[in-house]
Parts: sequence; structure tokens; C-alpha cells
Amino acid sequence: MIGLLAQAAPTTHGPIKLGPIMPELIIAGTAILLMLMDSLRATRDQRPLVLLSLAGLAAAAAYSISLWNWKGPATVLGGMVAADKFAVFFRLVLISVAALGVLLSSHYLDRAGEARGEYYPLLLFATAGMTLITAAADLILVFLALEILSLSLYLMTGFSYRRMASAEASMKYFLLGAFSSAFFLYGIALAYGATGTTSLSGIAGHLSGQIGPVALALGAAGLLATGFGFKVAAVPFHMWTPDAYQGAPTCVTAFMSAGTKVAAFAAFLRVFDVALSPLIWDWKPFIWVMAALTMVVGSVLAIAQTDVKRMLAYSSIAHAGFILVAVAAASQAGIRAAMFYLAAYAAMIIGGFGVVMLVSVRGERNTSLTSYAGLARRSPFLAVSLTVFLLSLAGIPGTAGFIAKVVVFSAAVQSGHWELVLIAVIASVVAAFFYIRVMVLMYMQDPPADDTVLRIERAPVGEVAVAIPAVLTVLFGILPGLLFGFLTHASVIRF
Amino acid sequence: MHHFPWLTVVTFAPLGGAVVLAAFPSRALNLHRWWALVVSIATFALSLGMLGAYHGGTGGFQLMERATWVESLNFQYIMGVDGISLFMVLLTTFLMPAAILVSWRVERQVKYFMIALLILETAMIGSFLALDLLLFFFFFEALLFPMYLIIGGWGSERRVYAAVKFFLFTMAGSAFLLVSILFLYFRAGSQLGHPTFDLTQLQQLSLPAATARWLFLGFFVAFAVKVPLFPLHTWLPDAHTEAPTAGSLILAAVLLKIGAYGLIRFNLSLFPQASMYFRVFVSILALIGIVYGAVVALIQTDIKRLVAYSSVSHLGFIVLGTFAFTNKALSGSVLQMVNHGLSTGALFLLVGMVYERTHTRDLGRMGGLAGTWPALTGVFLFVALSSVGLPGLNGFVGEFLILLGTFVVTKAFAVAAVTALVLAAIYLLWAYQRMAHGPVKNEEFSRLPDLNLREWAILVPIMAAILFIGVFPKPFLSKIEPTTDTVATCEWAVNGRDQPGEPVVSGAVPLECFQQAPLASLGGP
Repeated sequence: MIGLLAQAAPTTHGPIKLGPIMPELIIAGTAILLMLMDSLRATRDQRPLVLLSLAGLAAAAAYSISLWNWKGPATVLGGMVAADKFAVFFRLVLISVAALGVLLSSHYLDRAGEARGEYYPLLLFATAGMTLITAAADLILVFLALEILSLSLYLMTGFSYRRMASAEASMKYFLLGAFSSAFFLYGIALAYGATGTTSLSGIAGHLSGQIGPVALALGAAGLLATGFGFKVAAVPFHMWTPDAYQGAPTCVTAFMSAGTKVAAFAAFLRVFDVALSPLIWDWKPFIWVMAALTMVVGSVLAIAQTDVKRMLAYSSIAHAGFILVAVAAASQAGIRAAMFYLAAYAAMIIGGFGVVMLVSVRGERNTSLTSYAGLARRSPFLAVSLTVFLLSLAGIPGTAGFIAKVVVFSAAVQSGHWELVLIAVIASVVAAFFYIRVMVLMYMQDPPADDTVLRIERAPVGEVAVAIPAVLTVLFGILPGLLFGFLTHASVIRF
Repeated sequence: MHHFPWLTVVTFAPLGGAVVLAAFPSRALNLHRWWALVVSIATFALSLGMLGAYHGGTGGFQLMERATWVESLNFQYIMGVDGISLFMVLLTTFLMPAAILVSWRVERQVKYFMIALLILETAMIGSFLALDLLLFFFFFEALLFPMYLIIGGWGSERRVYAAVKFFLFTMAGSAFLLVSILFLYFRAGSQLGHPTFDLTQLQQLSLPAATARWLFLGFFVAFAVKVPLFPLHTWLPDAHTEAPTAGSLILAAVLLKIGAYGLIRFNLSLFPQASMYFRVFVSILALIGIVYGAVVALIQTDIKRLVAYSSVSHLGFIVLGTFAFTNKALSGSVLQMVNHGLSTGALFLLVGMVYERTHTRDLGRMGGLAGTWPALTGVFLFVALSSVGLPGLNGFVGEFLILLGTFVVTKAFAVAAVTALVLAAIYLLWAYQRMAHGPVKNEEFSRLPDLNLREWAILVPIMAAILFIGVFPKPFLSKIEPTTDTVATCEWAVNGRDQPGEPVVSGAVPLECFQQAPLASLGGP
């Protein structure tokens, strides 16, 4: 496989092949159309915007599916964009996340009275950035896509600008994000200095043939890992996560927690498992430590939380740790396990935050744990959905989360990292505690006597957006073979 | 499949019933109860069909069913029954209707309660029948959440604490189980050519001694928490005491047995040399549990807690018998698993009935109730005597076989275990005396009714079974012994020793050792 990668970066002759990048073009085009529509319309009715967004996402998804059997060159646009099945799989996951995000946002913005037209273009630009990063075969494009998605997310986090928490969350996210992007860029520069190229295949080829000191390349690896670590909220780069997740509007949190992690991990896998694979014995310990710290810190700190959004934020950190275990395994089984985990995780977290949004009813009310008391009686649908998501997050059999943990732990054991698996299972048990706590509240405590404040309203769009991930979570928990057939093909990364 | 898929049907019938129950309207409480009862009785009838299809007199797995779950990762669905698991499944399906009947007066959220019970039944039966390690782990973990809901949702004052403790303890134990299972999976990959969780294939792995010992401990921790063995037993008194009656019944009668069953099915067959290495260690832990459980039961004033500690003591007996590795001790411990399920299950049922009437579990406030409730106290005495091991009742057969089988291997263990028999007699008969005889402590209690028809319907079958096994255990032992004899013989043969107390066999390891292939005549997979 290294031999394959050691070819020179392909030069383009003839017409530019835009096929592999069409989904991003479609999404960005839809976003631009939405901006035009919004500025030219008189009414504030969101529904045309929502429908157009969904139509654009559907078109992008259809095009991505057609890319599954791409027969052209493996990379296009001067070796920048990869056209492999890995990218197709992640594109489909991200487009689904975006579609659910659109549905959740239309409910939230409507009830909170914050429906402004620029939201949907921002969401679509973020999605375009996310899907682009999963297909990036060159570090410059990784950075570009990272910035596209980050800038959109900073703005979306601060969308409820009248709320101090939202503005503060956005500011924190932006400052720390800009800082980590600088680290990332410096890492790219060091990689260029070490290998003379920024294309992933070029770096791999250069490093595999290198006999001399690799200090520059190691520096690059460290800085790149830092940049990625920030984006996926790995410890010790996780400080922004609780505040950003709590302060952002819940619909943004749902989209952000699922989408950024999936996108950033996809790039993480490409860069580390392919480009830096010759240095694997040097960066593995670093990822090992990061994984162990992240799992433990995420699980332990979540216990002390009283706000459900913060608790889910810390649990997101813990799950990033579990996926890092798969990255540390650094094998094809590890890549496949990480992909399944990311798909399962995206479903459970977007559903989880969707339920939080519906329990809040309107805006950011009632996000403390005590608001969940007696939820089983107040709204059986929300209680059952949240139970499915919490069981999946805890890794209880019957849910996709269980299968995801089994395959990730399998990959780690196969690579010889059984100590990491031991830490992971203990972290899972610790994490189970706070998941159960919410379930105790929902089923075993009575709703507060005066529940006029907490009465759940009917929300058809929101409920659909919660029901879909719930069904998928149970489906992939019972029939994981449905996904694994695709994953075996999709987990072969060539560039 | 050449035969009717008994095992899958028996396993998933309760789950199907639960799914249908979920669709019923929330207010029709009686409908929920009757439907759950009908489903559980139907499952029992199906398990009798399974019993009928089972051929006694042979040791291997029967009625096997195979399917592929995830092709690329070789996750499989393999179910099979043998002499050890046959009666465990029957015990589960037999006691489930009793659990539902005794919960007839539950008013709160009846639908969720019945759904939880039915899902729990599927998970329990699945645990006994699964022959693929990952499938077993799936069912084993699936037990946690419904049991947690039952204890935490419908229990007594400290129910949430007890439920959380139960959940976390058991999950922590099974964490080590998962790592060990995954390790075996990949060892199979390198040694046998393809990674697998299939038990019969994994038994053929050859592992270095140190690795086998670590893996043994990995499996052991999970089952030791479940059984429970001292010192991992601290979750049990709280969970049993705070659970509702049906919860205590299921917990004591079945869930504890899954731990003991796991020790026989997995630890003994996958790691025979490591089992022999740890034999003394485990036996000592079991002995401590026997004596400690009995002594602590002596000083209890809460009758439910007393029965809970007696469970620790009795399960210690079962593990002691298991790790004696002789024919008699092993078949005795399997039979005792059934016996304990019946006797202690009935004790919990009776304690629940007392609680329903008096709303107290404090023995100090009871007294002279034999006059008020001759039937209830009479049944209580009957069941207590079976738990003590009175000859003629079921407990005697199991305990005698265990002691006999242990005595030939290590006399000291058997002698120490006998002391617990005396202690059991003391605490149970003393509890009976405090409850039923003596001066009447509380005048109000004497106006409460005796057993009604529903309660008789629960208790009579159990009493009949207790008497039947005690007087005529042959039908049970004849199905258990072929399997346990194979396990015991192989255990000694693989370790290169002769089984104490048995005629010396030829030095070679018998062909069927741990390769319990399905019988050709039943047309397995």
C-alpha cells in the first residue's frame, strides 16, 4: 500500500473533473440560493428556506451515492480531493446529520422567535465544509475545509446573540478555535518543510523513504494532532466544549456535536492513518495517552454536572476518547470500527440533543436535570426516545452504541492495546452512572406538582427529527450487518 | 434447520409478548396483567415442548440453532441446550408466571412493569442458551436495564440506591468479561484461522498457562459478582431487600444462577487447567460465603434481608460443589441451582405475601401468626425446611450430592460446609419461630386474611415441585448427569489426574471432552 502511495502527485491534463466535488458545490450553491432568496423575500416564513435546504441536501446525497462507483482517477483537482468510498460514506452521514439539523432548527428558531434567514445558509456552508474535509487529500484543503466549517459554526453558536451565554460561547469557541487553527497551520508548514509537499500521499511517500532524522515530521504530527484534538474535543483541548455546547442554541449544539466530530475524525483518520502512517510508532503513544485521558476525564467530570447540556457535552468528550481508541489501533479494523462508531454516535447525540430541545419546549428553558423528573409521565415519547439514546451512549446491548463499543474494543485488542480497552470499559461503567441518573429521574420520580412551566408541547417536526435517529439506533443495534457490508469497502483509504 | 427451532421460540416468545403489550392502551391494567400472565404460561408450555424434544442420557448440546449475525466480523447466533441449561430454562419459565401473579396488586405503571419482566425473561433464557460468547454477553448485559428498572421503579424505600448499586457492580464485573471475550476472539483468529466467538471452537484453543489464568480471572470476576461470591456480594442484600417481590424472586431464583451457570459453562470448559489451578482459591471463597452468609443471616431482624443472606450462603454451596469437579458434586450443584431457585424463590414469595398484609418486614413486630394464618405459616415452614435440607424435600438431594462429591476431593471443605447446614437450620427455624409462634405482638395482624386463591395458585406448583424433586429426583438427575459427568471427567482428564472417588479410566482424554458436538440424529446445524 505504501508503494501505491509513493507515486508522484498526479498532474491534471484535460478537462477538470468536478464529479467528486459536486456534492459540496450543490450544497454551497443551495446556500447561496438561500441567501439570495432570503434577501429578496418580504415574509419571515421559514418554510421555503427549510424545504430548499432539504432539497439541496437530498440532491447532494443522491450525487454522493452515485460517487460510490467512481471510475475516474483516485484524486482530482491536482491531487486535492479524494474520490474514494470513505468520503462517500462520511458524506452521507454528514448530509443526514445536516438534514436532521435543519428539521430541529426549524422547530427551535420558530418557537424561540429567532428565525432569521441567514441561519440555513450558515448551516449549509458548515455542512459543505464538513463534507469537504472528509474528502480532502491535501493538508491545505483540510485546513480550508476546517476553516469553512469552523467559521460557520462560530456564527451559529452565537446566533442567539441577545442571550449573553450564546455570545460568550461563540467568543470562547472562536478564540480557542482560531488559536488551534494556527497550531494546525504551523503543523502543515512543518510538514511541508519535512517532506516538500502538502499532499497526503506525497507526505506518506516521502516519509516512508526517509532514513534521516524525522524531527520536523514529528513536530508536524504533534501540531496536527493538537489541531484535530481541539476540534474533536479531546483532553486537554476540550475546555471550550461544555461552555460552547451549553451556550449555543440547542439545535446548533445538536448539529455541531454530531457533525464536527464526524468530519474532524474523518480527516484525523486520513491524515494519521495514511499520511503519517510511516511514523506510526512515534505518534501512537501520544494518541494512546490522549485517548485514555479523554475517556477518563470526560466520564468523571460529567458526574458533577447538573445541567443536561453540559452533561452531554462531557459525555461527548468521553465518546471522542472511545473513537480515539480506534484511531490508536491504527489498522483497517480500527478505521472500520471508528466509522461505525461515528455513524452510531452521530445518531445518538443528535437525537439526545433533539430531546433536550423538545423538553426545553421554547428556547433555553428547563435544561437542568431536575426538569427531567417524571418525564415518562409527561411525555412517554420523549422519555422512551431519550432512554434509547442514553442506553446507546452507555453501550447497553440492543443499541448501536453497544455494537460500536464492541468493534472499537475488538480493534484495539487486535492491535495489542488491551490496557486501553480496560481503561475504556472502566470509563464506560463510570459513564453509565450519569446516564442512569437521568433515567432514574425520568421513570422513578414524580413530575413537579406545578408543571405548567414544564408542560411539553406537541412538535411534529421536532418529534420526527428525534424519532428517526431513535429508530436507526435500535436498527443498527440489532442488525449492524446492514452497515458493515458498506464499511468493509469504505474503510479502505487510499489517499 | 431440520427441527422446530425450540430454543429461539422459547427465548423470544416473552419479547414478542412485550412488544405486543407495548401497543395496548395504558389504562387497561387488567389487560396488561392477564396478557403478561398468558404470555408467561405460553412460554412455559413451549419450554415443556423443548423438554420433550430433549433426549436424556446423552451429554452433548442438543437442539442447536445457528445463524450468522454479522458476516464480516463473524458474529454468530448459536443456541444449544444440554443437561446443565435445560433445567435452568425450565426454572425460569416455571417461575415467571408466579412472578407475574404475585405482582397482581401493583397499581403504578403496570404496563412498564410487565414489559420489563417479559424482556428480562427473554434475556435470562437467552443467557442460558447462548453458545456464542458475544451472544451470551449480549443477553448478560441486556439483563441489567430491566432489572434496574424493576428494582428502582417499584421497590421499597432505598430502591434507587439498591438499583444503582446493582447496575454498577454487575456492569463493572462484565467489563472484564468483555475484554476477556475479545481477547479469545482474536486468539481464535491467529490460532484457528478465523476469529470467532463460538464456544465449541474456542474450547479447542491452546493457551499458555499464564494467559489462561488471567482470562479465567477475567471471566471469573463477572460471574463472581453475579453469583455472588464473597467479597463481591455486597450489592445483593440491598438489591434483594429493596426489590419488589417479583424482582426479588427473579433475582434470587434465576439471576444468581446465571453467574453459577457461567462458571460451569465458560470457566470450566474454556480454561480447565486454570480452573484446577484456582480450585482451592475459589472453594475457599465459596466456603467463606457459606459461613459468612449464614452467620449474618442469623442476626437479621428484617426477614427479607435474612432470606437474602441465606442466598449468599446457598450459592456458596453451589460454587463449592462446582469447583470440586467430581461427578456427584457437579450434578449436585446443578440440581441445587434448581432447588435453590424453587425454595428461596418461594421464601421470597411468602415474605412478599406477609409484607402485603402487614406492611412490615421486621420479625420483632411479628409473633404468633400461626394462629392467624395457619396456611401461610405452614407453607413457610415447609419451604424453610426444604431450604434447610430436610430429607424428603429437594434441598437434601442437592446438598447431599455436593457434600459427598466435595468430601472425596477435600475432606476439610466438606466438613466446613456442613457447619453451615446447622446454621441454616438455626436461622430459618428461628425466623419461623419468631414469626409464627410465641405471643401475638400485634393485635391488628390477627385480623388479616390467610392465603387467597391467587396465592395458592402461585405456591402449590412450587411446593409440588419441591416435594417431587425431593422424593423422586431421578428424572432430573438422569438428564443432568450425562452432561455433568462429561464435564467432570474431562476436567480431571485434561489436567492429567484421576477423578477422586471414581474408577480409574484410561489415561487418554476422552474424545468428547469439551467438544460437545451436536448429536447427528437430531440433525443439528
